[in-house]
Amino acid sequence: MNFYHLLYLLAAALFILALKWMSSPATARRGVISGEIGMLMAVVGTLLRHEVFNYEWIVIALLVGTAIGVPLAILMPMTHVPQRTAISQACGAFASALIGTAEYYRQYPRGFVMAALCIEMLLGFLTTTASLMAFGKLNEMLPSRPVVYKGQNFVNLGLLGVAIVIGGMLVAHPENTVLFPIFVGLALIFGVLLIIPIGGADMPTVIALLNSYAGLSACAMGFALDNKLLIIAGALDGSSGFILSIIMCRAMNRSFTNVLFGGFGQLATSSGAVESRPVRSASPEEAAAILEDARSVVVIPGYGMAVAQAQHKIRELHDILTKRGVDVRFAIHPVAGRMPGHMNVLLAEADVPYDKLIEMEDINPELGMTDVALIVGANDIVNPAAKNDPTSPIAGMPILDAYKARTVMIIKRGMSAGFAGIDNELYYMPNTLMLFGDAKTFTASLVKEIGAAVGV
Amino acid sequence: MNYEFGLYVFMLAAFLGFELIRKVSPLLHTPLMSLTNAIASISVVGAILISGEQGASTLSRVLGFIAVVSATTNLVSGYLITDRMLKMFKKREPNRK
Repeated sequence: MNFYHLLYLLAAALFILALKWMSSPATARRGVISGEIGMLMAVVGTLLRHEVFNYEWIVIALLVGTAIGVPLAILMPMTHVPQRTAISQACGAFASALIGTAEYYRQYPRGFVMAALCIEMLLGFLTTTASLMAFGKLNEMLPSRPVVYKGQNFVNLGLLGVAIVIGGMLVAHPENTVLFPIFVGLALIFGVLLIIPIGGADMPTVIALLNSYAGLSACAMGFALDNKLLIIAGALDGSSGFILSIIMCRAMNRSFTNVLFGGFGQLATSSGAVESRPVRSASPEEAAAILEDARSVVVIPGYGMAVAQAQHKIRELHDILTKRGVDVRFAIHPVAGRMPGHMNVLLAEADVPYDKLIEMEDINPELGMTDVALIVGANDIVNPAAKNDPTSPIAGMPILDAYKARTVMIIKRGMSAGFAGIDNELYYMPNTLMLFGDAKTFTASLVKEIGAAVGV
Repeated sequence: MNYEFGLYVFMLAAFLGFELIRKVSPLLHTPLMSLTNAIASISVVGAILISGEQGASTLSRVLGFIAVVSATTNLVSGYLITDRMLKMFKKREPNRK
């Protein structure tokens, strides 16, 4: 047993502790530090291995990577966390895929090692392009609406099937180098095609799933290089991404296959007739008056809050109402936003105490006793059609029962449908007030109105 | 039969991962994802081994170099942003409750 084995063992233990400490906000930062030390040990241990010569290029590469990584983490605004995660995932998966490629050309391995390499490269390359596509969609460089065409699933699955068959042929005859670029190309293309039909609302699930793939790719590398640390760290990441995507699926009452192959949201609004139904709208003054008189207010944030960067204004609203003795809380739907936990991070950034962020199961029974439900940039997650209309595309999806509140206020730019492209019954209910405008500007005027009334 | 041993390690680590992640509060799902994303950059180990090997071919060197750069990017930005996010969650408790 070499010294580096000991460092690897400690690193694996520290990764496990890192995840364990992530379970509560009180210990979470300790978890990150533990993960950092673990990673440092893994890198140092590897550099100390006697197989490693040629330090210059490695050190340069480490420095270059740090030089890219630091600004990526420091300068990224919090609203862009999903994008950052996607691009970072692409980097990790790409590294893993390249190592597989290098390893293949180095020794043309056979049998088990080649099979592990094929899995590593398939997952690595497809995650790279898929994450880049997800990045493009999240950053709105690509249209975030799903793009579907006839026979799409057939093409996708067929392509994956061909890639797997070629991978199998490579395992049997690794010296058949002609097949290798085809295999890589298919994996890359499959990654692109996989994301094309995914709409904005499904991003949380897909980001989590890609996270899982990147981990499994590292894990497969561990098998190819016979390295237990890679297997453990990869398996931890793989299972974490997998669980999160299951949680996301459950929060939408949809199956995995439906998310990946369903082309959700391409239905769009079917009828213009519904659009012309009357809605009640209110000015900032009227809305402010209702909020002041309320005893309890539940704010329901959605992706629109992130887009409008309204989280800081929302916090000001929370502060001024709390000062007036109004009980203000936040209801967080598991799939609100573009990645798991997206809303929590944004509200935490705006200094909202995290004990005010309430999960769906806990807040739903209380929404019936709530005076005002204030919906900011959320749509599908409060759409009663999920409960009432079995033909709705979101039928069966658990929602926040905002409609039970005495008054429902919805801050919204206009009457357009949500990302799922479904009209929302909630807008037409008698106790609903539409507050038309930009979430940030409108919240700011609410704060001003209430402030003026209090005399602050 | 080293692969068999590896598969056992994988199985145990995967189950452990499931148990640990299940306990994570949804409040922290985003930082959790960046953290596990950073942990997945453990592939930097493989990248260093490939590019640092004695007598490595030019191809291995080049691929290894790019792999070390991208894995490090993932690693550094992953840990830094996780910490940046958690700092925001952290400062709550003392002053306000």
